[in-house]
Amino acid sequence: MLDKTGVPTDSLVRSRFPDTSFLVKPKAILECYEDISCNPCATNCPFKAITIADGLNSQPVLNPELCTGCGICIYSCPGLAISVVQIVEDKARFKIPYEFLPIPNSGEVWSGLNRTGERICDASIINVTDSKRQDKTVVVTVDVDKKYLYEFITIKVQK
Amino acid sequence: MKEIDLMIIGGGPAGLSAAKVALEAGLKVMIVDRNMSLGGQLIKQTHKFFGSEKQYAKTRGFDIAKRLIDKLAVHKDNLEICLETTAVGLYKDYVVTTLQGETYTKYRSKSIIIATGASEKVLAFENNDLPGVYGAGAVQTLMNLYGVIPGKKALMVGSGNIGLIVSYQMMQAGIEVLAIVEAAPKIGGYKVHAAKIRRLGVPIHTSTTVKRAVGKDQVEAVVTVELDEKWKEIPGTEKTYETDIVCISVGLSPLHQLLSMAEIEMRYIPELGGLVPIVDEFNETSMEKVFVCGDVIGVEEASSAMVEGSLAGLIAAKRLGKEHPEHEARLDDYLKQLSDLRNGPFGIKTRVGLKKLRGVGDAR
Amino acid sequence: MGLFYESVLCYHVRSESGGIMRIEKHPILEFKQREKIYFTFDGKEVFGYAGDTIASALDALGVKVVSRSPIHDRARGFYCAIGNCGSCHMVVNGVPNVKTCITRLEPGMNVNTQKGKGQIR
Ligand SMILES: Cc1cc2nc3c(=O)[nH]c(=O)nc-3n(C[C@H](O)[C@H](O)[C@H](O)COP(=O)(O)OP(=O)(O)OC[C@H]3O[C@@H](n4cnc5c(N)ncnc54)[C@H](O)[C@@H]3O)c2cc1C
Ligand code: SF4
Ligand code: SF4
Ligand code: FES
Repeated sequence: MLDKTGVPTDSLVRSRFPDTSFLVKPKAILECYEDISCNPCATNCPFKAITIADGLNSQPVLNPELCTGCGICIYSCPGLAISVVQIVEDKARFKIPYEFLPIPNSGEVWSGLNRTGERICDASIINVTDSKRQDKTVVVTVDVDKKYLYEFITIKVQK
Repeated sequence: MKEIDLMIIGGGPAGLSAAKVALEAGLKVMIVDRNMSLGGQLIKQTHKFFGSEKQYAKTRGFDIAKRLIDKLAVHKDNLEICLETTAVGLYKDYVVTTLQGETYTKYRSKSIIIATGASEKVLAFENNDLPGVYGAGAVQTLMNLYGVIPGKKALMVGSGNIGLIVSYQMMQAGIEVLAIVEAAPKIGGYKVHAAKIRRLGVPIHTSTTVKRAVGKDQVEAVVTVELDEKWKEIPGTEKTYETDIVCISVGLSPLHQLLSMAEIEMRYIPELGGLVPIVDEFNETSMEKVFVCGDVIGVEEASSAMVEGSLAGLIAAKRLGKEHPEHEARLDDYLKQLSDLRNGPFGIKTRVGLKKLRGVGDAR
Repeated sequence: MGLFYESVLCYHVRSESGGIMRIEKHPILEFKQREKIYFTFDGKEVFGYAGDTIASALDALGVKVVSRSPIHDRARGFYCAIGNCGSCHMVVNGVPNVKTCITRLEPGMNVNTQKGKGQIR
């Protein structure tokens, strides 16, 4: 499926989520499903929560015990394959990378999209960061209904 | 005729890295590039790069170019840079002819590094010469270098990394990407690149190709068709997209013309993208002290192009009797970086290609 | 030659009303205001910006056809934009077969659509 359409299957996606008991705190989700020569997620994590078996050519693995949800890996990943998620009451609170215009503002409501780009829900913008070290990869914090935990992936401005 | 130590043809990541090491070793270097600025392919890459820290991973391509260029500034007394200058001839007696505007100049260089990169392949289909059918690299050049958008809607042909990245960059520039079609049954590029386009609603149709472009003096529409397992068109599966850009990204082939001109021994290696020079383990060609590095010896990535460039600069200096002060350590480091970069499943093609090229083991 | 300090990278430009196909805002790139450069295309006075090539300036003006093929008179646009393919040949200041995609735009240039092969001088 991923090979043919670019969309990972539901079970593949779920395999990258730690047990929901971890998600009371924010944790990184590493949607990197291939062994490519790449490692900035691991080398930039200040808490050494990401390991790449041979140092460069295998898929990154998260240790949810060590991950603080700081979000540095989100903008360090050139593949924009990482988000951070936490469950806050009945909401799933995501931090996602975003490289388009317009840039959202906190308080706005955008469309929440799934991995094929379909609108699935409302996404409330909670916070937006764009510091120099992020190098133009904006990180947006958004809340969506908890039931979209494994479906939500990105946002689009509402028409 | 002007005499120089080292002529580097092509100022992309490979050529720039070669220049840096050769200058450190004390050579006098000249870089010629036909473009208006140095940096090669990198100057139009707006995305962050893969790889590891040593190859500037997570830095955007154009920033990598800037850093490589800035690093040469301390050596500017020993460096001459000729932009908008094309190397048009390379001869057995180490003479290089360049053309700038309408002026031809001849140089004799003790050593020559060829880092001319690769060119985009064309695809045969009806009306493939209509204006509006562009190579993906051309669209990228227009958008990211000159700030020009060549149209409003686009169909991308080819799902390798370049097709995927240029699709993403077209969306960033405000162009609507209607779909990506791929003749093979699988997406060619990295899935992380595919996923980030897919999640914005752009479909990727595998086992599908472009049948013809439609339009009088420029593209108005494009017709695609599905392919069966034998790559035969399936009648009745044609689909028409109204669009003003058809972007072709079906691979690159090394720019071998200069090498062929000097009668350097070449071999056709499909895994490396086409006709490439036969080289030893340090990328020296059959013509002594003539080296190659980067995409010209097998289409790969900027990361490996930079390391190969550094290696070429290092060996060229040694062969001219000006060994780099850290020669041994650098040599080990570059060879290790190359083997690390090619170790994963995506490095297989290169490993196989190099093996065929050298007829020996695969480590560089 | 020795153009070290000319090897700057940023050629990006913000459009004025004239350039219809120029990027105004971009999430990654910054667009600097550049000087206008006037030139002649098929007898009309038009403009591009400093740092443009002839081909990029024309594309921004919506000009897609830069030449006509020798035998079948087919419209040709440009294809590779890096000087490889030759499909962008135009007549510049009377000289045919100029690769306009890698030729810097200069004030007062006289650029014409090329019909056929162009004369070899
Ligand atoms: C869309 C796209 C995305 C990419 N993404 C990545 C990525 O994420 N990570 C990665 O590692 N790599 C990536 N690459 C690949 C990378 O850019 C190339 O592998 C790399 O630039 C090759 O370097 P090079 O120096 O060999 O050649 P080039 O960068 O092509 O440089 C060759 C230079 O030689 C000059 N030249 C050619 N012929 C002549 C001549 N006769 N006379 C004078 N000058 C000449 C050219 O003008 C050019 O400046 C990407 C490439 C593209 C097109
Ligand atoms: S969120 Fe922070 S702690 Fe967790 S993996 Fe990413 S960089 Fe490391
Ligand atoms: S940085 Fe991103 S693309 Fe690279 S290995 Fe880590 S998750 Fe994968
Ligand atoms: S467009 Fe290919 S040479 Fe100019």
